[in-house]
Amino acid sequence: MIESHLSLLIVVLPLLAAPVIAVLPRGHLPWAISTLVSWSVFYLAVWQLMNVSAGNVISYELGGWAPPWGIEYRIDAANALVALIVSGIAALTLPYALKSVIKEIPQKQHALFYAAFMLCLTGLLGIAQTGDIFNLFVFLEISSLSSYALISLGKKRQALTAAYQYLIMGTIGATFFIIGVGLLYAMTGTLNMADLSQRLPELYDHRTIHTAFAFIMVGFALKLALFPLHLWLPNAYTYAPTVVTIFLAATSTKVAVYVMLRMVFTVFGFSFIENTPTDELFLLLCVTGILMMSFYAIYQKDSKRLLAYSSVAQIGYMMLGIGLGSMLSVTATLVHLFNHALIKGALFMAVGALIYRIGSSRLEHFSGLGKQMPWTFAAIVVAGLSLIGVPGTAGFISKWYLVLAAIEKQQWLIVAVILIGSLLAVIYVWKIIEVLYFQASDETSQITSGQKNINVKEAPLMLLIPMWGLVFANVYFGFNTELTVGTADQAVKLLVPDAN
Amino acid sequence: MISLASEQLIILAILLPLIASVLIVFFDKKPNLRDGLSLITSLALLATVLSLLPAILDGEQPSITLLEMAPGLAITFVLEPLGMLFACVAALLWPVNTLYSIGYMRGNKEQHQTRFYICFAIALSCTMGIALAGNLLTLFIFYELLTLSTYPLVTHKGTDEAKKAGRVYLGILLSTSIGFFLLAILWTWHLTGTLDFKAGGILSGKVAGPELIILLFLYVYGIGKAALMPMHRWLPAAMVAPTPVSALLHAVAVVKAGVFTVVKVVVYIFGLDLLKSTSAADWVLWLAGLTILIASMIALQQDNLKRRLAYSTISQLSYVILAVFILAPLSTVAAALHIAAHAFGKITLFFAAGSIYTAAHKTNISQLNGIGYRMPWTMTAFSIGAISMIGLPPTAGFLSKWYMLQGAFQQEQVFAILIIIASTLLNAAYFIPVIYAAWFKQSEQDNEKSHGEAPWPIVMALMITALLTLSLFFFPDVPLQLAMSLTGVHP
Repeated sequence: MIESHLSLLIVVLPLLAAPVIAVLPRGHLPWAISTLVSWSVFYLAVWQLMNVSAGNVISYELGGWAPPWGIEYRIDAANALVALIVSGIAALTLPYALKSVIKEIPQKQHALFYAAFMLCLTGLLGIAQTGDIFNLFVFLEISSLSSYALISLGKKRQALTAAYQYLIMGTIGATFFIIGVGLLYAMTGTLNMADLSQRLPELYDHRTIHTAFAFIMVGFALKLALFPLHLWLPNAYTYAPTVVTIFLAATSTKVAVYVMLRMVFTVFGFSFIENTPTDELFLLLCVTGILMMSFYAIYQKDSKRLLAYSSVAQIGYMMLGIGLGSMLSVTATLVHLFNHALIKGALFMAVGALIYRIGSSRLEHFSGLGKQMPWTFAAIVVAGLSLIGVPGTAGFISKWYLVLAAIEKQQWLIVAVILIGSLLAVIYVWKIIEVLYFQASDETSQITSGQKNINVKEAPLMLLIPMWGLVFANVYFGFNTELTVGTADQAVKLLVPDAN
Repeated sequence: MISLASEQLIILAILLPLIASVLIVFFDKKPNLRDGLSLITSLALLATVLSLLPAILDGEQPSITLLEMAPGLAITFVLEPLGMLFACVAALLWPVNTLYSIGYMRGNKEQHQTRFYICFAIALSCTMGIALAGNLLTLFIFYELLTLSTYPLVTHKGTDEAKKAGRVYLGILLSTSIGFFLLAILWTWHLTGTLDFKAGGILSGKVAGPELIILLFLYVYGIGKAALMPMHRWLPAAMVAPTPVSALLHAVAVVKAGVFTVVKVVVYIFGLDLLKSTSAADWVLWLAGLTILIASMIALQQDNLKRRLAYSTISQLSYVILAVFILAPLSTVAAALHIAAHAFGKITLFFAAGSIYTAAHKTNISQLNGIGYRMPWTMTAFSIGAISMIGLPPTAGFLSKWYMLQGAFQQEQVFAILIIIASTLLNAAYFIPVIYAAWFKQSEQDNEKSHGEAPWPIVMALMITALLTLSLFFFPDVPLQLAMSLTGVHP
């Protein structure tokens, strides 16, 4: 009996946990319960993925109301993959959180922090699970509001500005989205995605539909930080508490990219997009974004900000797949969605471990730390190589499919940009590695705090284990692509039925 | 039964150095055990590789697939003649080089010796992977790992100079391999749906005209380790590394991995026949010829011994490219032979340079007057190596040049013949002065603090490689047979 409700349980479990955690006393209990919840949700997500990996679809009617009147949760391989990413990263981030949160957040706020974290998890999972476009908006707001709160908990005062900036931009994005949804509802009288995709083709020439499409695209481009609408992201990632940065960097933009995929391929259909300039616009923005943001990353002096700019560039890669609109390219998008979550999760965890020990995220303060913290350093090297796309890592698989998709479409400029982007990644990744690997020469160590680093110890095990879990995943999925590419293939078959 | 055994041996050849690199970590505080372990592993690897020889000489090509990343994209190892030759050369020289490293690293009291041996072992594992790779993807994976694992060796000293050199090293090798080589591989995959090495090539009939030319150049310049100008700058930069690294990696393993890959791509991906149909092959030939001449002329002007050797390496690497792009079966044999011949000669020269640095702390050619009488063994070995570079009998270098010229005559490649003659003269011009200075010039400062030979492991190592250089001339049977079976020519 309960089995049929498991897809709902994935969302409801963290939602119910949040208020309970908020009223718990101080101590480790809030953390323990959130960890338990996140692992249960992860377990459910694995179960869910196994159920849909054969290509079938789970349809769950909320409250027993049949769609299109009631809310429907419609799980196919794409949803299940995204839910797996979100819950998997949460399950790895929370063990990491225990020590990091104690260090970075005042004790009286711990319970509230974990409650907000659970709400954020609820929102992101809800977006991934739901098949109802208004329900999606509700979950979007749940995740956004909780992430504003989470970011503002950062140690530095700039965290407040960063959260405020994100609040303004995020709200504009959400508003645009809901305007688009309203217009769609006015035209079709339905909010169910599957239903919308049935009814929209007749209305393709209608100007309201085009307007709705534009609002929805811009709204979500803001949420996923597509260049040039990315301005909120670097500050938010830099000043948020480490744990929040890890979680948001690995999941929230990925979920937004997933929504984009859903909107473009399921709701509107790519044949609609092809007749608008959207796909060309996407390609243009992605190409510019990849190049510019990679250059920005090279010139950053703060490790978190460097990785944040790199994230914006990487989002360009994912959106390229949507812009190209072929089966292969959408596979590449989904694969990169998954792989990039692993890469950035591992990198932010490793940088977080450095910050945990020395209390600074400035690159010049990292000088020579590779010797004192060899495991953290090795994690940065492996995850960094994965970010570059060196063969034998997950990042290589993403790049492989992406370049192949571009070659297939004879888009040589995009091929060149993807490869140049990788080379720029070499530079900014190596900037971090070089600082950690070499001891500072005498002049520089006098200026900076290089001398202090001598007594630094390796990060505690509670930070190392989740970090290395992700690092191993990076290598594992670089060789075994059954889960990533296999699931993506299944998802694409349902997403892009009309593509050749 | 024998094929099963060879498959296991292939895996063992790649795993052995890796296992050693892990074990070395535990012997960090016990230098004798650590160095002994390196030596034993290298000998074990040699035994493993040599025991693969009978199978390949019988004409077998055992293969093993480890895993399939995606349909058609597998990690596969195949034992074939050229790879066997390369693996043999690398495995044969590793124990010698380890012996030399022990003498050199201790003699110069280098820091971070454990890291040095770890990275060295990993680099050797990658070299074996390249040599035994059964398809382009497998080769590419090990190719990239080789670049990365040698980075800590290049920047071993940790000085600002080393850091800069490391940037050039990684910058050129990674950008060519990701920018061009990977693209070429992906393009090949898109065109043919396979990346396997097949006799006769996989591209014939799939690509023609300008696309073929672009693809060829993507490969030739993408394989930056082959140091075809203007992608050669990383090699002189890498000379900041300790001499054993320059000797085994930047005269043998890494650079030979580059030209080895070029030969493999030409023979097994394009196929000689497809390349004969396009003028692009001639362009590469000219580029290789120019690289030979220009690098030799730059070598002529270098006073730093290691830098002169580095530029000599660049020019010698282009010999291999030149030979294979003559597109005659005999010249392909020459290309394969030259991989071995140059390896033995050049490692001897580097060993000698390191020996001089260790014993006399001299790095420049102008300081070497009369050094032959203080370091007779070293300079004898150096002379043998230099003669092999010039290509005179009775050394290995003569053998490969002989086949190269034969192939060029067969194809009536006047350009190639002229280049070979001119460069032989240039080689003589930059090596003979060194030999002359060492043996016939008087040392200017008589009161100079007298020094003798380098520590015995160094001397022993360089005598072994000098002997190998000579013996390849007298006993060329096995390498020749391997090289011949590459293109199906029989003597």
